[in-house]
Amino acid sequence: MPKIEFPMGKATRDAYGKALLRLGKEMPNLVVLDADLSKSTRTSKFQEAFPDRFFNIGIAEANMAGIAAGLASSGKVPFISSFACFLMNKAFDQLRMCVAYPNINVKVAVTHAGISIGEDGPSQQGIEDVALALALPGFVVLVPADEVAAEDLVAAAAKHIGPVFVRLGRAEAPKVYKEGDRFPIGGSKTLREGTDVAIIANGLLVAEAVKAAGMLEDEGISAGVIDAYSIRPLDEASISAAARKAGAVVVAEEHLLDGGLGSRVAMALARSFPVPMEFVGLDNTYAESGSPAELLEKYRLTAPWIAEAARRSISGKKTARSGGRRQGGGRR
Amino acid sequence: MSCDSAKLQMLREKARAIRRWSCIMTAEAGSGHPGGSLSAADLLSALYFHVMRHDPANPGRPDRDRFILSKGHACPALYAALYEVGYLKGVDMKSLRRLGSPLQGHPDKRKLPVLEASTGSLGQGLSIGIGMALAAKMDGRSYRTYVMLGDGECDEGQIWEAAMWAGAKKLDNLTAIVDYNKIQLDDFVRNIVDLEPLEDKWRAFNWDVQGIDGHDMSKIVEAFERAAAVRGKPQVIIAHTVKGKGVSFMENQVKFHGIAPTKEELARALAELDRA
Repeated sequence: MPKIEFPMGKATRDAYGKALLRLGKEMPNLVVLDADLSKSTRTSKFQEAFPDRFFNIGIAEANMAGIAAGLASSGKVPFISSFACFLMNKAFDQLRMCVAYPNINVKVAVTHAGISIGEDGPSQQGIEDVALALALPGFVVLVPADEVAAEDLVAAAAKHIGPVFVRLGRAEAPKVYKEGDRFPIGGSKTLREGTDVAIIANGLLVAEAVKAAGMLEDEGISAGVIDAYSIRPLDEASISAAARKAGAVVVAEEHLLDGGLGSRVAMALARSFPVPMEFVGLDNTYAESGSPAELLEKYRLTAPWIAEAARRSISGKKTARSGGRRQGGGRR
Repeated sequence: MSCDSAKLQMLREKARAIRRWSCIMTAEAGSGHPGGSLSAADLLSALYFHVMRHDPANPGRPDRDRFILSKGHACPALYAALYEVGYLKGVDMKSLRRLGSPLQGHPDKRKLPVLEASTGSLGQGLSIGIGMALAAKMDGRSYRTYVMLGDGECDEGQIWEAAMWAGAKKLDNLTAIVDYNKIQLDDFVRNIVDLEPLEDKWRAFNWDVQGIDGHDMSKIVEAFERAAAVRGKPQVIIAHTVKGKGVSFMENQVKFHGIAPTKEELARALAELDRA
């Protein structure tokens, strides 16, 4: 298989801003709320085009979530945005009480997710937002890998009836997909087939996973890559099929290991086809200030670390067969 | 919205019915919040039987006035008002808090769709009300949105986030009612976090403020009528009420915030309410 080099694309938050502009024309009932971060979340583009359908709630995320619920109950389709950590952490109870529990049609689009926001440091880095979104029954949870996926998934969120969470990043993201690719809710994208190990990733780590698969190929290891952009509903059939085919799995995400994609994939495979698994993500820690590239490397979220996890997962196959316990394993 | 003495008398009778149900429902359930239900009964009677524009035969009509019980624990009084006005035909009013009942322990919009919001985690109803009032402005609809808050609930920061935003945006189709019964779960409000000067706080947030006796039906009706005529400001009615109002042994008793009457207490309560 030839090496795949992805060109650098726009940040997924930029795709969000662009998608809102398009959707604003198509859907007169679409409204957008922000909490004094509209320039960063890119909802300011929508404000310029549709000033009557944009509401800046100020630095009051809880109030924003409640207002959105009231608007949605009155026939509007509200998108609410802030940084991942602020919206999910500060408005969690409001998303629970006003949106999830009564199943109200509010769209939660968070930006600046993960540690790749860089220099601002851990107070601004959303590393638990997916876990929180998954703890809201009924929420669809989406994590696009690039601008193409982000634009399509924001549109899918707008058209879906019910609460949706979309996770977006600050940093430019490698462009993994072609214009026109479609991303249905509940689907996944198989980017490579592999017979030795299957790497399941989402968000920024999809491109890293593909890079890792290339590194493994040089060693004669056949690694598959699946972009699990829809964490809930999860494409369990494709993930299970890839696990059966490869017999070993790695899950990679820019999030705490606790309660993210890895947990969901492990639960799915434990039920359908248990195989040795390894996990790449933030391991029981906050990050720090630094450049995005430095942080991703220091916190072991880059291709070499994914490849390393793949080798460990593959070695687990032999010990699993012989009935022995593996030594070491991950860093936990 | 004129209100003659016969109408006022009817509203008082409906308030009595709401109080009776609040006692019966919580006693049947063996749990619940009678104190804050009894304090809100007169206000709910005025809203559902006189002030609000709504139609029990057509509960989903888009121009209906909205009511949100942000102090969701007082739902026995809300269920009673909805029942008395004709929304809950066929609902077993003695099923409060039972498995499978639409009359959940706190308001649940999915199980009882006539409710405008699910509440029970305090501090959130005013924000939802803002969303509804905003939608009315956007769509050029004339409906009004009413949100009832508890006094203890005003400890929640989100109330003041919402108050600040609605005031700044001049949402004059939104009316908040504070059921100021002076008692919260643990103790008297003044002993937990004194809210005073409460009227000044709302005024400082650019709201039109009226302080009234929340058990004087003619004052209640007057206050709602005045509020509806205010332009350029949201309105708050600070209704001074008595926790447990109408049942002597519950009045001003911290205990009856969240303790249901026993069967024996229920009989005494109903006897008092029927005599009054």
